[in-house]
Amino acid sequence: MLADLVFWGLSVVAVVSGASVFRVDSMARATYALAVSFVAVGAALLLMRLDYLGLITVLMMVMEMAVMAVYMVMFMGMNPALMPMSMVHGKRAAVAAAVTVFVVLSGGALLVDWPARRGAPAPDTVAALGEALMGSKMLVMMAISPVMIATMVAGIAVAAPRGRYDRFGDDLRSPAADPQRGGVGR
Amino acid sequence: MTLDAVLVVAAALFAVGVYGALSQQVVVMVMMGLELMNNGVLLAAAAMWWFLAPDPTGQVLLLVVLAAMTVEMAMGFAVATLFHRERGSDMTDMAEDLAG
Amino acid sequence: MSDVGVVEVAAIWAPAAAALLALLAMAAAALDGALAARGSGLPATAGLSAPVNETARLLRQRRRVTVAADSLLWRAGGGGLLVAALLMVVVVPLGRFTLADLPVGVVWFNAMDIVVWAAVWLAGWGPNSAHSLVGGYRFLALALAYELPLMFALTAPAVAAGSLRVGDVAAAQDGGWWYVAQMPVAFLVFCLGVTAFSVWGPFAPPAGTDLAGGVLTELSGVDRLLFLAGRYALLAAGSAFAVPLFLGGGAGPVLPGWLWVLVKTALLLSVFVVVRRRLPALRPDRFAEVGWLVLLPLVLVQVLVVAVIAVGRG
Repeated sequence: MLADLVFWGLSVVAVVSGASVFRVDSMARATYALAVSFVAVGAALLLMRLDYLGLITVLMMVMEMAVMAVYMVMFMGMNPALMPMSMVHGKRAAVAAAVTVFVVLSGGALLVDWPARRGAPAPDTVAALGEALMGSKMLVMMAISPVMIATMVAGIAVAAPRGRYDRFGDDLRSPAADPQRGGVGR
Repeated sequence: MTLDAVLVVAAALFAVGVYGALSQQVVVMVMMGLELMNNGVLLAAAAMWWFLAPDPTGQVLLLVVLAAMTVEMAMGFAVATLFHRERGSDMTDMAEDLAG
Repeated sequence: MSDVGVVEVAAIWAPAAAALLALLAMAAAALDGALAARGSGLPATAGLSAPVNETARLLRQRRRVTVAADSLLWRAGGGGLLVAALLMVVVVPLGRFTLADLPVGVVWFNAMDIVVWAAVWLAGWGPNSAHSLVGGYRFLALALAYELPLMFALTAPAVAAGSLRVGDVAAAQDGGWWYVAQMPVAFLVFCLGVTAFSVWGPFAPPAGTDLAGGVLTELSGVDRLLFLAGRYALLAAGSAFAVPLFLGGGAGPVLPGWLWVLVKTALLLSVFVVVRRRLPALRPDRFAEVGWLVLLPLVLVQVLVVAVIAVGRG
C-alpha cells in the first residue's frame, strides 16, 4: 500500500518535471527539471529492488545534468534571469505524434496478456548482479568496454578544437604550445 | 504497483520525450527529449524485469541500456560542439545539408 | 567477521544523527577559528567561539537579493550542501547502529557527493553575478578531475571486502591490517576527494579570495550560514565515512565501538582542518591534467593490486 502511494507520487513527479523541461523559462531550470525526473525514476527503480541500478541512475544523471547545464549556457548564452523562451517548429505535428505514441504504447501495455512471473528475485540482488557480471555475463561487459573507449576517443576527436599538429607543431616536438599550460607539463 | 501501471508511466515519459525530440529547434533540447525517451525505456525495462523475470540477466540488460544512453549523449554533445564551432549555430534547422 | 552484524535503528533517531553531525561540524569550525586567530597573532582560544559568533551574526544579517536572480535554484544550491552531508551520514554505522543498512552503501555515498556538484553550480548560477558564476564553473572543472579517482578509491575497499555494504567493509577489516595500511593510495585519493567536494583547503578556488569569494560572493544571512555549515558538515561526513571504509570501523581496544568511530572521525577531521592553511590552492585548469594523468592511473593500479590479492585469497 505504502509502496503504491510512493510509486504514484514518484511517477507524477517524473512525468510533470519531464514535461516542464520544455515549458520553463530558463535553461538551467530545464536541465535541473530533467535531473529531478531522472531522480524520480531512479527512486522508482529502488522500489523495485534494483538497488545498484537505481543509485547508479541517480548518480550518473545528476552528474550528466550538471555538465549539460554548462553546455546549455555555452551554446545558448543565456543569463540566469527568467525569460519566456519557446523555440519550437512543427509543434502540432509533434504533439500529435506524442499523443499517438502514448496511446499505442499504453494500449499495448494494458491489452497484452502478460505472462506470469518466472522465478523470484535473489535475496541479495546486488550480489547476484555482481556474480552475473563477473561470471556468466563477463563477455557482455568485455564487449561494452571497447564501445566506451571508442566513444571517448571519437568524442574527443570530434570536439577538440586543436589537433596534435596544431598543439605540437609539424615535427611533434613537445612541450605543447597551449594557451593554458597543463599541470603536468605535457 | 502493477506491471500495467508502471508501463503506462513509462509510456507517458516516452511520449513527452517524443514531443521534445520532434518539436525543439535547439540541438541540446532535442537531446533532452532523447534523454526522456531513454528514461521511459529504463523504467519499462526495470518493470518487465521485476514483474516478469527477476533474475540477474535482466539487470545486465539494464546496464547495457544505461551504457547506450551514455554513449549517445557523449557523441551527441561532441557533434553539437563541432557544429557550433563550425557554423556558430545551435539550431537543428541550420543542419539541413543532407535534405533534398 | 563479527558475529553481531550492523543493526538498523528506527528513523526516529535521524535527528540525533543530524545533531551529532552538527556537533562535529561546529568542532571543526571552532578548530579552524582557533587556527585563524593564532595566525593573526591573537591567542588561539580567542577563535574557539568563532562558529557561535558567526552563526549569531549571520542569522541577524539581511538576506541579499540580486537583480533578476533565479531564487529557486539559488536557495536550492545553497542548502544542497547541508542536505547532501546529512544524507551521507545515513549509511555510516556508529559502532553497531546505523540508520540505513543499504546493500549499496558505498554507492550511496558516491551519489550524495555528486549532489554536491549540482548544489555548488546552482549556488554559483543563481545570483546572476559574474564572480559567483566563475566560482561555480571552477568547481565543475575541479570536480571533473577528482571525481573519477574518488570513485575508484571507493571501489578498492569494496573489492577487498567483497561487498558494497558499509558494515561488511568495516567488519572485513577485523583481525587484519586496516585498509588505510593495505591500500594507502586509495586512502590518500579518498581524502583528496573529501577536501575537494567540501570546497576546502587546496580545492578552495571556487570560493576563492581572488574571486571576491567566488560562490560565496552574493550569499548572505541564513543562506551563507547554510552554505558554510554545509562545507564543514561535508568534511565531517567524509571523515565519518572514511572510518568504516579505511580505519576499521569501531575496532579498538578499550572504548566501545561507537566511541571509537567518533574519536577516529574527530582525528581525521582535525587533520583536514589543520591542512587547510598548509597547502597552496590548486588551479582548476592545471589540476585537470594531474587528476586524469597522475591520480587516475595510480588509483587504477591500486584497484588492480587489491583485486589480484582478493582473487589470490580466494
